[in-house]
Amino acid sequence: MSKSIAYRYTLQIADNSLILGHRLTELCGHCADTEIDLAISNIALDLLGQSRMLFQYAASLSGSTEDEIAMLRSEGEYVNCLLVEQQNEDFSQVIVRQYLFDTYYTLFLKALSQSSSSDELRAFANKTIKENAYHVRFSRAWLMRLGDGTQESHDKTQASLDFLKPYIQELFIPSQVDTAAIADGVGVDMSKYVDQFHTTLQADFAEATLSWEAPKYHVSGGKDGRHSEHMGFILSELQYMQRAYPNSEW
Amino acid sequence: MNKEWPLWEVFIRSKAGLHHQHVGSLHAADSEMALENARDVYTRRQEGVSIWVVQSNSIIASNPEENTSFFDPAEDKIYRHPTFYELPDELKHM
Amino acid sequence: MTAKEKNFEALFQAKIDQEIKIEAKDWMPDAYRKTLVRQISQHAHSEIVGMLPEGNWITRAPSLRRKIGLLAKVQDEAGHGLYLYSAAETLGTTRGQMMDALNEGKAKYSSIFNYPTITWADIGAVGWLVDGAAILNQVMLTRTSYGPYARAMVRICKEESFHQRQGFDIMMSLCNGTAEQKAMAQDALNRWWWPSLMMFGPSDAESQHSEQSMIWKIKRKSNDTLRQQFVDATVDQAKILGITIPDPDLSWNEEKGHYDFGAIDWDEFWQVVKGNGICNRDRLKARRAAYITNGKWVRDAAIAYAEKKQQRDISKVA
Repeated sequence: MSKSIAYRYTLQIADNSLILGHRLTELCGHCADTEIDLAISNIALDLLGQSRMLFQYAASLSGSTEDEIAMLRSEGEYVNCLLVEQQNEDFSQVIVRQYLFDTYYTLFLKALSQSSSSDELRAFANKTIKENAYHVRFSRAWLMRLGDGTQESHDKTQASLDFLKPYIQELFIPSQVDTAAIADGVGVDMSKYVDQFHTTLQADFAEATLSWEAPKYHVSGGKDGRHSEHMGFILSELQYMQRAYPNSEW
Repeated sequence: MNKEWPLWEVFIRSKAGLHHQHVGSLHAADSEMALENARDVYTRRQEGVSIWVVQSNSIIASNPEENTSFFDPAEDKIYRHPTFYELPDELKHM
Repeated sequence: MTAKEKNFEALFQAKIDQEIKIEAKDWMPDAYRKTLVRQISQHAHSEIVGMLPEGNWITRAPSLRRKIGLLAKVQDEAGHGLYLYSAAETLGTTRGQMMDALNEGKAKYSSIFNYPTITWADIGAVGWLVDGAAILNQVMLTRTSYGPYARAMVRICKEESFHQRQGFDIMMSLCNGTAEQKAMAQDALNRWWWPSLMMFGPSDAESQHSEQSMIWKIKRKSNDTLRQQFVDATVDQAKILGITIPDPDLSWNEEKGHYDFGAIDWDEFWQVVKGNGICNRDRLKARRAAYITNGKWVRDAAIAYAEKKQQRDISKVA
């Protein structure tokens, strides 16, 4: 197993959790009711905990610290997919984004736990599978409620799905890092799971009375460090303290 | 629409072998959500291994104004307790 | 009051005097019920509004460890709000009614949350001082006479115990850090000290609800007693941190066995209570956006879905 490939591959997984977790923390105190606030915070805590576990592993590979990696890279060095950095436009967008990611993550974690050559990543996957199973349950149930709720919620959810679907393909198409990691054995080839993913989606969208047409175009680049405009704003908050007060203990 | 999510009562078994105990209440639109909310609200610190939820308006409660007729008559039935029966001193355990 | 009511009221007070808890379905004077609804809902709103100034800093927390700790803490506040709303609901009000009162600006919440959190040190100071002040009140309330309120407080106190420690720990790191960090900690103490003392409410002589609440054992300690307890505990903690409490009149009074402290600016307190603090408008705006503009359609969708599902389940059986 190549250390530098494992490092970059780990960051890709960690950044997804970190940035999606960041988006969910933005909602803390602003949800539709107290119970939803508790649920969203629980998911955010899981995601941030995951990212920490991975950054600690990455730090052990690179001789750095978790916070240096999490908070002091330049924007182009973050390798999360574009989906997770999309905004909390409204609760339907939060739910559709979460549902798409959780459903992808179910397949990803299973593959990783079965076939990664890294003991640490397999252990990570085995632990995270349990957390993710609960996230899917939450986001899928809300997809149904919003999709098949009122006309207003249906329309908003349909719009969110239409808005987010160009970001789906990036989850499955190997980036340069993915390709190297697959060849190395540390990574898994998600392009094999596209059909299975879409079978699940079709069934769930039908139940949620949402219509699905394959997107006419796809956008990607996050996994290679080319982000949307949102990323800079996320980082200005995420990195604010570390940048403003370098070399301090907190 | 001006309907509130109904109120649910939450009961938790803290570990195998113990009764479910009432821990509090919460709001949820349906039973699935009630169960999930109960998990997120009442078991954040590993407080439970099993959860029951029941819609609050399904609970039939005794009326405190009838407490005297409900509960006082048991007061003088001391023969239901082991201490009512005297044992010889030499008998250590029974 | 009829003779029957007088009799009930005497029995009620006798129970309280014997330390027997009052439960939801028990007879209670209207004024007792009203006082509780007002106090418990106000307490619940404080937890919910209190999430805003702290939640503010989750995305900007300086390390992942601090970020997770803070998020878990703010999440607890949501839980505490929920336990308290539930306790108030046993008295015949609903969550929706309480939320409406908050959103319409009719309900109060703790004034402290109308002050801004402007640096990371404020997160330390809020945990250390604001939670430290709150917990004194909350420990007292675990013995309050109304059962559901007391039980909610027991649960809250169990969970709160890490909050003040977390705040103090943040302050410790700052005070052991660079000169800039220590200055940040001192600045936060300067701004949060007096508002924290105000949290206990007006002095006993001025407090309009206190006396009856003590007779009913809703409260068991007066505002001034709790405030003194807070000052006595906090002075030593500030010494350990090596920062200075911004009160030139603060001094140990050997005779009383307590610290004397300077006069509180009650004009400021009443200004903030009346809505003229820095963040009053922001807090209400955020709550309205969450519950009404961005929230109502979500709650409505869940109800509509639950009803459809129930209909479908019925027609399946038929």
